[in-house]
Amino acid sequence: MGMTMSQKILAKHAGLDSVREGQLIRAKLDMVLGNDITSPVAINEFNKAGFDKVFDREKISLVMDHFTPNKDIKAATQCKQCRDFAGKYDIKNYYDVGDMGIEHALLPEKGLIAPGELCIGADSHTCTYGALGAFSTGVGSTDMAAGMATGEAWFKVPGAIKFNLTGKLNKHVSGKDVILHIIGMIGVDGALYRSMEFVGEGLKSLSVDDRLCIANMAIEAGAKNGIFEADELTEAYVKERTDRPYQIFKPDPDAVYQKTYDIDLSTIKQTVSFPHLPENAKTVDEIKEDIKIDQAVIGSCTNGRISDMRAAAEILNGKHIAKGVRCIVIPATQKVYMQCIKEGLAEIFINAGCVFSTPTCGPCLGGHMGILAAGERAISTTNRNFVGRMGHVDSEVYLASPVVAAASAIAGKITGTD
Amino acid sequence: MKAQGTVHKYNDNVDTDVIIPARYLNTSDHKELASHCMEDIDKDFVKNVKQGDIIVAGMNFGCGSSREHAPIAIKASGISCVIAGTFARIFYRNAINIGLAILECEEAAREIQNGDEVAVDFDTGEITDITTGKSYHAEPFPEFIKDIISKGGLLNSLKA
Repeated sequence: MGMTMSQKILAKHAGLDSVREGQLIRAKLDMVLGNDITSPVAINEFNKAGFDKVFDREKISLVMDHFTPNKDIKAATQCKQCRDFAGKYDIKNYYDVGDMGIEHALLPEKGLIAPGELCIGADSHTCTYGALGAFSTGVGSTDMAAGMATGEAWFKVPGAIKFNLTGKLNKHVSGKDVILHIIGMIGVDGALYRSMEFVGEGLKSLSVDDRLCIANMAIEAGAKNGIFEADELTEAYVKERTDRPYQIFKPDPDAVYQKTYDIDLSTIKQTVSFPHLPENAKTVDEIKEDIKIDQAVIGSCTNGRISDMRAAAEILNGKHIAKGVRCIVIPATQKVYMQCIKEGLAEIFINAGCVFSTPTCGPCLGGHMGILAAGERAISTTNRNFVGRMGHVDSEVYLASPVVAAASAIAGKITGTD
Repeated sequence: MKAQGTVHKYNDNVDTDVIIPARYLNTSDHKELASHCMEDIDKDFVKNVKQGDIIVAGMNFGCGSSREHAPIAIKASGISCVIAGTFARIFYRNAINIGLAILECEEAAREIQNGDEVAVDFDTGEITDITTGKSYHAEPFPEFIKDIISKGGLLNSLKA
């Protein structure tokens, strides 16, 4: 019986010729990731269990991105604990304020992920790296602790759903609209426990940034991982960043998929997910009522990359955001931040009345840098719109692309572009 | 292993942001996390919960963030077991890894009501609603996972 891309990567890392859905395996890890929220719990468990060394100082990444620059004393204490641990074990990929970025933008950018690799991260959006043809999945802090100590993790081999992409996206439609459309179609548990595998001739029209955005939100459909078949674009992106050897895995012709969806990218429209679940997706042209906004957030591990900044800047160029709206633009990494300055995007944002911030996860999870009061409403390029996600339990988050968020900030209400 | 307690009942898609809001993630202290457990979905949970009580919920329980703080908060609040129609996958493995008992059973999740007294036998997967007298059967864990739980969590099982 044939295997999916995800199953092939798991089999290889488990040292097996083949695996089948439901099989419990133990597999070797190429990267173990944690952030300033999940790592302290992992470090406590690591110490409590009595481990005194890590499996490989080069295969662990600790990124201080959620509540940084430290938002309060407790957050500062958690970062300090991570910093001390990284120092003690000489962790190579420790990223602190000044060189950090939002983890899921940073790791691909730094060349820390390559096709065919197996990565776990104590952050649910670790599924982002599937965009590069890796098997990458979010876990908890205990898995992270065990991964740091042993270099292995247990997995239940997932089944898969295939997304066969054709066609090409229209202007001002992006990967974000594609994934919001898909989650709207299959629901927040539509891919529960399974892999979402993206293949087809439509892939070649999707930039790596679009793919990272789509894979990022696989978890919002309940998926274990999202993965794209690696192609020339993937290889060009990876080779620019690392000379580490890698292996590309393609699905067997007789791989078993529980379901196949054919998606013509040219039919995708600008899409917004209404509160309080990412599955409440509507195309912008379906929105008839005026939905006034108090805040727009453009950034995050979903949409904080340079192409997202460019897309937002194109809309905001020469315009000003509506009176009464706060627009917060957060490039995801220092490199993206610098690029925004070089290309004049920072100036466009500031002239438009936006704030332009150092990288942080900040407002996405209601941490800091843009918390909502009761009754307030935000449009956001982030990935979750759960109850209370960005602040008060009576606030609302609408999910959208950078283009739609920027256009909405200018209009003062949710709107798209032509 | 067995558990018995009063049920706190919730709907589908209970996410980890309402189980433990991110504004409390600047600590990893179990007791402090427990003191805010379910705060954004059920303000009275912390006041009402008693040692040994059981959470029953619908589909996709624990969706969203990978924060282990969520099962930790539930366990530290005194909950002995979570029964749901389905669990989100990261929550599922986190619960196993930290030794919070969970069972998947759609019928039980649908029918058991808030405030019912429920008994659970983890070896057989038998769930009994003592209030209504009705029994349900959930799949018990496979041996691999039973081994992790019986050794007191993943890290203890690795020490062997």
